[in-house]
Amino acid sequence: MKQSQTSRRSFLALAALTPFAAMTATACGTSGPGTSSSGGGASMWYLSGEPNQTTMQKAVDAFTSANPDNKIAVTYFQNDAYKTKIKTAIGAGQAPTIIYGWGGGTLKTYAEANQVDDLTGWFDENPDLKEKFFPASFGAATVNGKIYALPNQYVAPIVLFYNKELFEKAGAQPPKTWDDVMSLVKTFNDMGVAPFSLGGQSRWTSMMWLEYLLDRIGGAEVFTAIFEGKPDSWMDPAVIETGTKIQELVSADGFIKGFSSIAADSNADQALLFTGKAAMMLHGSWTYGAMKKGGQNFVQDGKLGFVQFPTVAGGKGDPKNGVGNPAQYMSISSKATDAEKETAKKFFKDGILTETVIDTYINSGSVPIVNGIEDKLNTSEDKDFLNFVYDLAKNAPNFQQSWDQALSPTAAEALLNNIDQLFLKSITPQQFAENMNATLGK
Amino acid sequence: MSNAVSTTRKPAARAGRPKGDPGHGGQRNAALAWLTVPALFFFLAFAVVPLAGVLILSFASWDGIGAIGSAGLGNWFSVLADPGLYNALGLTFLIMIASWLVQTPISLLLGVFTAGSQRYRAALAVLYFLPLLLSSAAVAIAFKALLDPNFGLATGLGLPFLAQDWLGVPQLALGLVIFVIAWQFVPFHTLIYQGGVRQIPRSLYEAAEIDGAGTIKQFFHITLPQLKYTIITSSTLMVVGSLTYFDLIFVLTGGGPGNSTRILALDMYLRGFRANLMGPASVIAVILVLIGLALALFLQRLGGKDKQGSQLEGM
Repeated sequence: MKQSQTSRRSFLALAALTPFAAMTATACGTSGPGTSSSGGGASMWYLSGEPNQTTMQKAVDAFTSANPDNKIAVTYFQNDAYKTKIKTAIGAGQAPTIIYGWGGGTLKTYAEANQVDDLTGWFDENPDLKEKFFPASFGAATVNGKIYALPNQYVAPIVLFYNKELFEKAGAQPPKTWDDVMSLVKTFNDMGVAPFSLGGQSRWTSMMWLEYLLDRIGGAEVFTAIFEGKPDSWMDPAVIETGTKIQELVSADGFIKGFSSIAADSNADQALLFTGKAAMMLHGSWTYGAMKKGGQNFVQDGKLGFVQFPTVAGGKGDPKNGVGNPAQYMSISSKATDAEKETAKKFFKDGILTETVIDTYINSGSVPIVNGIEDKLNTSEDKDFLNFVYDLAKNAPNFQQSWDQALSPTAAEALLNNIDQLFLKSITPQQFAENMNATLGK
Repeated sequence: MSNAVSTTRKPAARAGRPKGDPGHGGQRNAALAWLTVPALFFFLAFAVVPLAGVLILSFASWDGIGAIGSAGLGNWFSVLADPGLYNALGLTFLIMIASWLVQTPISLLLGVFTAGSQRYRAALAVLYFLPLLLSSAAVAIAFKALLDPNFGLATGLGLPFLAQDWLGVPQLALGLVIFVIAWQFVPFHTLIYQGGVRQIPRSLYEAAEIDGAGTIKQFFHITLPQLKYTIITSSTLMVVGSLTYFDLIFVLTGGGPGNSTRILALDMYLRGFRANLMGPASVIAVILVLIGLALALFLQRLGGKDKQGSQLEGM
């Protein structure tokens, strides 16, 4: 009697427990986008924000309606949040089928961990596709001689934007040299307008300044040596001069007051330029499209000016050199099923950079990385800007990929952290160089 | 009367499990032990196993994506030699102490105030509790937008003194973080104190009034001593909780400007998930666990060993 009572209680306890155990077990097994799709459906993570999000959604919709058997589910994330999320998901084996990224050092860590598929053979089978893109766009997609990603979207050099209206008011010309920059800083500060807008909280925004300055001062070789991990390459005198020039610019109130509080994800830095609170902004060419869409006719009324980054007296770098993103990239997760991979490859071939998508990019003020688009660029209403970007990308003797993408994630995080401190003047240019030098090879 | 209750309760509790009784009691206990299985399962699955995993990872080199290799004591040496760790530790304790100093008096006073039975106090109490309903990320995003030096509250309301570089100057950012944490957590601690105050017997106040004690004297000689354990509970939650402040600071400042708000939990995250250094991040996690345990133990001691002791003795 007592015996049966005990076992009944144990049974009840077990019964109470079982659903929880089952719940946790199944929760581990089925969550995550990597395994949620069935059949030939592929999943993809992509960046939110316009005009990219709408463009991609339209491309996906067009692809799925033409190929009803190949579904693609897209989830959109904010830029800075995405960069962390995708890394964690890949590490946890929960990656989407199509992994969006910027190539370079991050892609290298994926490739070396066998998390993304080698696409070299597939490109050999589809030579038309390979020849469709700018040859330079494959550089950041290549790890140890193998191609791990499909280049897509557009080439995005960093451009010096300026507010034409404010320049007219000041009777000034856009800067051609670093000395021009420093004198314009004084001109605009005297006018009560911030010389440069900067979303410093995002840190990669501040990095764009270093990328161009180091190139103009020391030439492309300095960062190439850093990228290759050569000993003491960060200790190059050009690095220290770059840091010094940056701190001079910060001390002269070159950047808008409170720039460290502004994050680029909210586009507040662009708003400062088109609302006339700041005269200039160094930013990626993708902001043209965003300002055209959100800038209250600032772009349409022809008030947005753009020039190449100025030269530095005595600098070794070619003034035609560019920095930025040579393209954006899409890889295929090696953890995806064969059916998912097939869908992804089909989408790569037929769904991305279709004529419609190319036209949409051009209409939104971006230069897609496909050959033979000169005529289209010339007939666009944004032809001035598009040709400027196209020529910049095409004629650059060296087009440096953004540092935080080119370097390994470990070095990139240290870089962004040290750049933040450099702009705050809490470390000297010498300390910056030393701190970064310690990350070589990591 | 209550004296009698409190003295008899202890022996009764000890006598609850007589050792020499193999009969009914033993059966009962076996069944009761089964009932702890769900709790034990969750404790093992969500506390012990991850903890062991972190301890193992702290001796490993792993980028979070590829294969896991052994690093020996390398991670520990590199993290302990890193000035970044001591900066993060210092900031963590600074925020902990400052949060305690700011939040305790405010929540204590608000708790006493809202414990009153008047209608208007109840109405105000509802308002005070509003921040409790918001998620940390939402609070951080809202404050970030409000404090934007160019498009924020300062411009909207035309109050130029608000147009500071709140998140861009290290000292201001740190102060702001402490303020926003207080804004979010004061309601919670107010709730704890409100409950504590309501449990103090009215008779104590009535006696004090007869003896001629004023409101302030009543507060210091009755309310405060009676709230001893409430203060310890609230302080433990505050102090140990401050070790895990993460989401709010992550969204608000991201640890910046520079490293000026990069507290230990954030440092751990940034090392692990941004810099792909899971080994050193695990070292920091272990340090966090040790500090948390030490603090919890210390605060328990502070409350006196005799947890069963009644505050109502002599009544």
